[in-house]
Amino acid sequence: MAEVVLEGVSKRFGATSAVADLSLTVHDGAFVVLLGPTGAGKTTTLRLVAGLERPDAGRIRIAGQDVTRASPAQRDVAFVFQQYSLYPHLSVFDNLAFPLRSPARPTPEPTIRQKVNEVATLLRISDKLDQRVTKLSGGQMQRVAIGRALVRSPSIYLMDEPLSSLDAKLRSELRIELKRIQSELGATILYVTHDQTEAMTLGSQVGVIEHGRLAQVGTPRQVYEDPSNIYVAARLGSPPINLTPRSVFPEIAMPASTATVGVRTEHAQISKANGKRASGRVTWVEHLGDQDHLHVKLGDHDFVTLADPDSGLGAGDEVAIALTDPLFFDASGDRVRA
Amino acid sequence: MAQIGVEALHKSFGDFVAVKDSNFTVEDGEFFCLLGPSGCGKTTTLRMIAGLESPTSGRILLAGEDVTRKRASARDIAFVFQLFALYPHMNVRRNIAFPLVSMGVKRAEVRARVEEAARILRITELLDRPVSGLSGGDRQRVALGRAIVRRPLAFMMDEPLGALDSEFRHVMCGELRGLHDRLKATTVYVTHDQIEAMSLGDKIAVMSHGVIEQLGAPQEIYDRPASVFVADFIGSPPMNLLTFHDSLEPGRARVRLGGAEIAIPAPREGLSARDLILGVRPEHVRLNDQAPLRGEVFGTEYLGTTQIVTVTTAHGVAKARLPANLKVSVGDRVGLQFRPDRISLFDAASGRAILTVLHDHAPAMELAHG
Repeated sequence: MAEVVLEGVSKRFGATSAVADLSLTVHDGAFVVLLGPTGAGKTTTLRLVAGLERPDAGRIRIAGQDVTRASPAQRDVAFVFQQYSLYPHLSVFDNLAFPLRSPARPTPEPTIRQKVNEVATLLRISDKLDQRVTKLSGGQMQRVAIGRALVRSPSIYLMDEPLSSLDAKLRSELRIELKRIQSELGATILYVTHDQTEAMTLGSQVGVIEHGRLAQVGTPRQVYEDPSNIYVAARLGSPPINLTPRSVFPEIAMPASTATVGVRTEHAQISKANGKRASGRVTWVEHLGDQDHLHVKLGDHDFVTLADPDSGLGAGDEVAIALTDPLFFDASGDRVRA
Repeated sequence: MAQIGVEALHKSFGDFVAVKDSNFTVEDGEFFCLLGPSGCGKTTTLRMIAGLESPTSGRILLAGEDVTRKRASARDIAFVFQLFALYPHMNVRRNIAFPLVSMGVKRAEVRARVEEAARILRITELLDRPVSGLSGGDRQRVALGRAIVRRPLAFMMDEPLGALDSEFRHVMCGELRGLHDRLKATTVYVTHDQIEAMSLGDKIAVMSHGVIEQLGAPQEIYDRPASVFVADFIGSPPMNLLTFHDSLEPGRARVRLGGAEIAIPAPREGLSARDLILGVRPEHVRLNDQAPLRGEVFGTEYLGTTQIVTVTTAHGVAKARLPANLKVSVGDRVGLQFRPDRISLFDAASGRAILTVLHDHAPAMELAHG
């Protein structure tokens, strides 16, 4: 495993700027997740690291060596795609062994056998080794695809939404396994996704990417609790952070340049307005089992917060809202610290 | 708008039974969700109500009238599909007007009703735009407009949000519920997404292999799952299911998981020693060093507000939803404590829920026949 560094990397496709002046360091043994919507430049970044695209500007270094102009084969990276492209005519064992049997990396057969068995145990597919891959379920196929990357010991694993074609349940199972495997192997992984839960739960570092630019990089806790701008604040959190103009909370002291107040659901205390001045009215209670989402109208603005299913609040109730930890943003969307 | 009755509805395709002896009533103005994994028979049920599929046996009543043998066009139902099939050569106004024009409605009335539909959906400013340039959400709003403009007796929706990405789906969920609250239209909604069903439905029917496993209000299904299947399908993460071997006596509010004694809601029925399953939701699990049920932390997942901690025990894997600031590390040996009054118990062989005091104040458990 090795450190991977991107320095001021840019890539355009015709008139579209896919990646703009992006700098990022993936430390040896780190699990870095790039989070962003479709078209943000996540996959292009991965492809640039893999050598499947050439940057227009900037440098890429792997283990201290400049690989900006190196071919994919020279870079020693392993790529896992969203769609598990397995060889349907081969058994699970042969699919896993395939990268080791490539003429580029001649490996003695006993070593291959040992390596494949290790990886199969790690992924809990030891009992499937003799089966055709076409007989496997979707989750098992994706394990094989991940396993095919793991049999090698590349500088870095590049993963492009490897879990997104799986159903919710399998996704959550594989998520926790992938994280465990990463920490057991001490693997260096650069992973891209549009799913904030994946980013928060997998990454040791999360990079929030927007229009080809990195908006913020930090631990999941840093980007969630201490966002540097409105975009990052809105990307993370479920239900999403409430963003309201400062005029909605006239009674709160805030920096002069504040234009928008951001309130995470856990930072809003809602209570029935017993005679006190009401600040809003409940319009809808969304029951999600473990929690209720309370939709409140504050003047013209919608505000969503969490409530215990036993809170007794219902549609039409007048409520008061107290804020514990509001975040402030200026007119350009940058964070203003009190 | 109208009530929909489904009586002993059955559908086979050759040897394959898609829907088995299904019975339920959708009340006038109700938002009714058919929820289940793919292949459970939910779409087939919807298509039979709409008249797009004819049942092998059973009856369908619409506003009290038996429509089982009526063609779809004679049923006065509007269908909204997952893939919004709009006419690309027409603008928004003409797309929405289309069902009325083909019914021969007078032009002045068509105009008034299209504008009313557009106002309800808040797409008035889009009326004269071509549909080709619209976003996914706006296209789905136009598709909804085409359904509501007819003022049908009921709406049938087959995963209408399935093609949208997850964040936008959440926005549209809110819009659909708001629309329903304004129109009070009887709606049957098919989805495989339990969060969608929980947040939209007045009532949910959870289906598996052609059978309705449970029918009830969202909170009821969440709090008192009627079977292991429902417990495992609802919730994110779903209910923890721990297997053990014990007998049950009415009134004895304890069970033994190996060496650990766990408080449970007192059973209302007795059972001889057998394989049982204890079900507990992640938000009702706490870590407590004094608790007798032990396990090892397998993983932690930080979610901002909360974290999910996965613990392996001798009885299966348990996930706990805990405050995000609690320090937990992989490999920690921990004790698990469950909130006793919210525990469910299931018979492992049949998968059905065992009646306990948890069910005392519940509405009668509505189970499908068969």
